[in-house]
Amino acid sequence: MDIFIQQLINGLVLGSIYALVALGYTMVYGILELINFAHGEVTMIGAMVALAVIGAIAGSALDLPGLLVVLAGVMVAIPACMALGFTIEKVAYRPLRRAPRLAPLITAIGVSIMLQNTAMLIWGRQYVSFPPLIPHNSHEILGAHITDLQIFIILLSMLIMGGLWLLVQKSRLGRAMRATAQSKEVAALMGVNVDRVISATFLIGSALAAIAGVMVSAYYGLAHYYMGFMLGLKAFSAAVLGGIGNIAGAMLGGLLLGVIEALGAGYIGDLTGGFLGSHYQDVFAFFVLIMVLVFRPSGLLGERLASRA
Amino acid sequence: MPERFRLRSRTSARTALILLAVLLVTLPFLTEATLGRSWIRVLDFALLYIILALGLNIVVGYAGLLDLGYVAFYALGAYLYAWLASPHFGLHLPFWAVLPLGAALAGVFGVLLGTPTLRLRGDYLAIVTLGFGEIIRIFMNNLNAPVNITNGPQGINLIDPVNVAGLSFGKTQQVLGLTFSSAHFYYYLFLAFTLATVFIAYRLQDSRIGRAWVAIREDEVAAAAMGINTRNVKLLAFAMGAVFGGLAGGLFAAFQGFISPESFNLWESILILCMIVLGGMGHIPGVILGALLLTVLPEALRYLGDWQRLVLGEVLLEPTDLRMLLFGAALVLMMIYRPEGLIPSRQRKREFHAEDGVVEQEQSSLYDTRG
Repeated sequence: MDIFIQQLINGLVLGSIYALVALGYTMVYGILELINFAHGEVTMIGAMVALAVIGAIAGSALDLPGLLVVLAGVMVAIPACMALGFTIEKVAYRPLRRAPRLAPLITAIGVSIMLQNTAMLIWGRQYVSFPPLIPHNSHEILGAHITDLQIFIILLSMLIMGGLWLLVQKSRLGRAMRATAQSKEVAALMGVNVDRVISATFLIGSALAAIAGVMVSAYYGLAHYYMGFMLGLKAFSAAVLGGIGNIAGAMLGGLLLGVIEALGAGYIGDLTGGFLGSHYQDVFAFFVLIMVLVFRPSGLLGERLASRA
Repeated sequence: MPERFRLRSRTSARTALILLAVLLVTLPFLTEATLGRSWIRVLDFALLYIILALGLNIVVGYAGLLDLGYVAFYALGAYLYAWLASPHFGLHLPFWAVLPLGAALAGVFGVLLGTPTLRLRGDYLAIVTLGFGEIIRIFMNNLNAPVNITNGPQGINLIDPVNVAGLSFGKTQQVLGLTFSSAHFYYYLFLAFTLATVFIAYRLQDSRIGRAWVAIREDEVAAAAMGINTRNVKLLAFAMGAVFGGLAGGLFAAFQGFISPESFNLWESILILCMIVLGGMGHIPGVILGALLLTVLPEALRYLGDWQRLVLGEVLLEPTDLRMLLFGAALVLMMIYRPEGLIPSRQRKREFHAEDGVVEQEQSSLYDTRG
């Protein structure tokens, strides 16, 4: 039972990070029907930039409190990722908006490879470690441990998702985004600047990715040029699980996938009699993805069908 | 006059064919004399990648299904070869028995993966196949305990070389007064398989099935209305592609004598996809050119390191690191400026540069979210 609650907590923490990244996928897909393959890489760049800033400040003579240093890193990472997301859309996706379907997807893969290898050239192949700036206070709930950082990650994600929900439902920009998602042509006729809405979507998604990237690297204490790939795939799976194009779905899918993964990794050894171990953790996301696509392609909350031939 | 003209063109075509045949037969010796023995291995890999690229071309180029996990089938073929012809399980079956088995295994997995996923739209399929590729790799990496099936990240070693009529391809031998190294033998073996693959690819393209694939690629609803069983025909494309992948995997295992999960990562899938995109999707000469370029160019890139050392005194940018960056850039630039590839088929070119309004409208409606 302790293991169950512990894994549930771990899953919720991971899940909130997945949800933040999944939002980026789902918003872009909702409007452009494009799987922004490079989104995971934007997350990675966010983590790397933040770590570079944090490392530089921590290594300098300045004696700032740890949390302030982390905040500075985040504050640099967010605009960096927003600029990156904006540029990617403008340079790689916009010229292909009227091209056959496969073209933008292949471009997205190309962008993803470029970002990954650029990061490798800049930061090297080795893992970059997160300096021990965040205090490690642990609390005990029902026999399980939860750290301050875990609580903070869950709360901040909830806050951000709530804010995004308000933005999309209540604000003028949000209404324009929803209109564009329904029909670009009609939205444009109603006076919506579609290009600007698409850019805004990429900016918001990238900002969320930057925050998620810092969270992941703080949580695991590591960052790596390759980290965005798996994270991106899992977040995409989460978005599909919740119903792609649906913002509440991405949040739900993210949390659910995190929990499934954590519980799966915790129990797979017992279930298979020790044949498969916890290093199969990464398989769960794909398994969930395939199952969802087979049995409920529209996802949990999605109304649109995935197979629209 | 026309009669004579036709005759001449036929003879010149025949001359070109004979010249090409002579070139292909003597190529390894020419290469050895000019560039050195290591380049014969590059040739071998180029042929192997032509087989892989033509196999993937059936899926991506003909049927228009983006398969990002193609390397999984390659891995299955290679691992099956390693299991049945190495000291790992103590089995030493001959290659002509193992190769078809590997191809069949890959085909079965193609059907298994294709059945649930092929009704999904293209971009979902891409992600699911990508996930499948990763799952296979994760299993290959971890199935060494408690029962050692794949030997984990260390991979399987000492795989039997191909053996034809008592002639082992693994050793350097004298045949007809010429020195054949292992790379020479495999060159001819791979050449035979490549030619067979090219032949099959051409025959498929002009067949009833091939035309059904293109019809599905262009418009699935219209194809179904014309009486094509789209699900089965798509599944067939998927399985066919997988069969070529499995075959190439077996050849790879025999040629290398060693395989590990590292050889079958996602980038391998992307590399093969790059070959197709670069050369011209769905067009056989284009795909062959793409495969040749992308196997030979990275080798040539190695010289970039030497030049850097010569000019700058040190290697600033490791050419192998630069390689993937250039591939990524090539994908983006090709899609934006020349999406039909270097040597496109006439049909593809028309599609990508559609000037008549109907096609234009049709394509834009694909992006309507509720259309």
